[in-house]
Amino acid sequence: MSAVEVAGLRKVFNPGKSSQVDALVDVDLVVQPGAFVTLIGPSGCGKSTLLRLIANLTEPTVGSIMVNGKTAKHARLDQEYGMAFQQAGLFDWRTVAKNIELPLELKGWDRAKRRARSAEMLELVKLPEFGDHMPWQLSGGMQQRIAIARALAAHPPLLLMDEPFGALDEMTREHMQAELLRICATTNTTVIFVTHSIPEAVYLSSQVVVMSPRPGRITHLVDVPFGNDRSEDTREASSFFAKITEVREALRGAEFQPTARGVDDR
Amino acid sequence: MSRRGTALLAGIAPPLLFGVLLLGSWEAIVRGFELKPYFLVPPSDIGSGFVDNWGNIWDAMRVSGTNAAFGLVLGTFAGVLMAFLLSRFKVLDELVTPMSIAVNAIPAFVLVSVFNNMFSTTSDVPRRLMVTLVVFFVVLVNVAKGLRQVDATHAELMHSYAASNWEILRKVRVPNAVPYLFTALKIAAPLSVIYAYVSEYFGGAQNGLGSRIASNIANSKNAVGWAYVLGACLLGLMFYLISIAMEAVVTPGGLAQRDRDGS
Repeated sequence: MSAVEVAGLRKVFNPGKSSQVDALVDVDLVVQPGAFVTLIGPSGCGKSTLLRLIANLTEPTVGSIMVNGKTAKHARLDQEYGMAFQQAGLFDWRTVAKNIELPLELKGWDRAKRRARSAEMLELVKLPEFGDHMPWQLSGGMQQRIAIARALAAHPPLLLMDEPFGALDEMTREHMQAELLRICATTNTTVIFVTHSIPEAVYLSSQVVVMSPRPGRITHLVDVPFGNDRSEDTREASSFFAKITEVREALRGAEFQPTARGVDDR
Repeated sequence: MSRRGTALLAGIAPPLLFGVLLLGSWEAIVRGFELKPYFLVPPSDIGSGFVDNWGNIWDAMRVSGTNAAFGLVLGTFAGVLMAFLLSRFKVLDELVTPMSIAVNAIPAFVLVSVFNNMFSTTSDVPRRLMVTLVVFFVVLVNVAKGLRQVDATHAELMHSYAASNWEILRKVRVPNAVPYLFTALKIAAPLSVIYAYVSEYFGGAQNGLGSRIASNIANSKNAVGWAYVLGACLLGLMFYLISIAMEAVVTPGGLAQRDRDGS
């Protein structure tokens, strides 16, 4: 069974009005369990919309979305996925541990079980001594790690991330990428990750999904066969740069495709 | 400890020095130019008037304080309750908000006069009602804002957890509104005292600070009148300090620092 299966998806904003926008057309996507799939493309290509559709935060105009063999809505109601955004979105009035426990509270877990799980998650993101801190006492990178811990607290099989490292500086960002890969390998979580950054996409993903705007659609799928052993050396390998070039060219083709005629399109 | 003490001293020394300087020059100007007491009373006379009349001033402070406290508590409860209703029922919001702006635009003395006519002139109800009304609107506007203005990421997150409206209210909207409530209280507490004085001035029982100040000055007992003003200042300050202390107890160490009210 696929982790996520999107078929014949179409999303139209403001249908029938002069402000009508075809956010996504003819989108088909299959994500295998354990995969790390990155959605990349210029602004307005619908990558965040696609993520929000999979999360059932918005409904498709046409088409079907299955998450873990359930409809997207059913999957949301069962908390089959965790989600992280560009803003860490921690609650100022809750301690770090209580922030991680929020999804568990909503699932009706008792206090002792919640405590044990939040301690486990704090270990996982390597911030075990910060449970009793308030969120605003943490740096941006640490807050984002807590947001990831919260997203994974209920051990969902799927993690949806919308530019989670977009607001971080370059050094913190690279560190967080390595941490995310370690965490996902440990927990065996499938990830769908939205980004603007080509190196970030290549470093993280098993597959890069290249999208183009007006109307938003998938133009290329680039497989990244680096396997699980990715380290800081990966970032300096020639195969890494080759993949970056491949994705960049796919993006160029995608971006100029509506105006520049004769550009390859598969 | 000693470094902390020095820091504290550095914090209060400038305003203290300024106050002493101001009182000193006030005293010097009144004495030097031999200003008549009905024009300006020297601080020393106010001080002795305050000490001599302390018993009466304290009685009046208790009366005004009680009037203000009644209105403050009642107005806060009513304001919070209405804020919940407004955030729940959009229609109500559209009906109440314009009306509250309209009522707020009516001068206080008009309302007090109307209330005085409605109830007997020896009743405490009109003045307490006036304070309640003022506090009610301040609390209503701020708390409603806090309940409504939920961070977009928080809203999406709760939706992704399939949280019910009740859970969102309890775990997001209410805690989000708490700092707004205290912002409202810090405005409403001194305001409640001021409106108690104003209401007392416009009739009813002659036992509060508002009427005492007016009658003493009307009788040319200016120094005593000013002594009552001093009592009024102290009472207002007390209310403000209580509202700050309550905030410190309820939201220890944190939320106030986040500067979400922009003050």
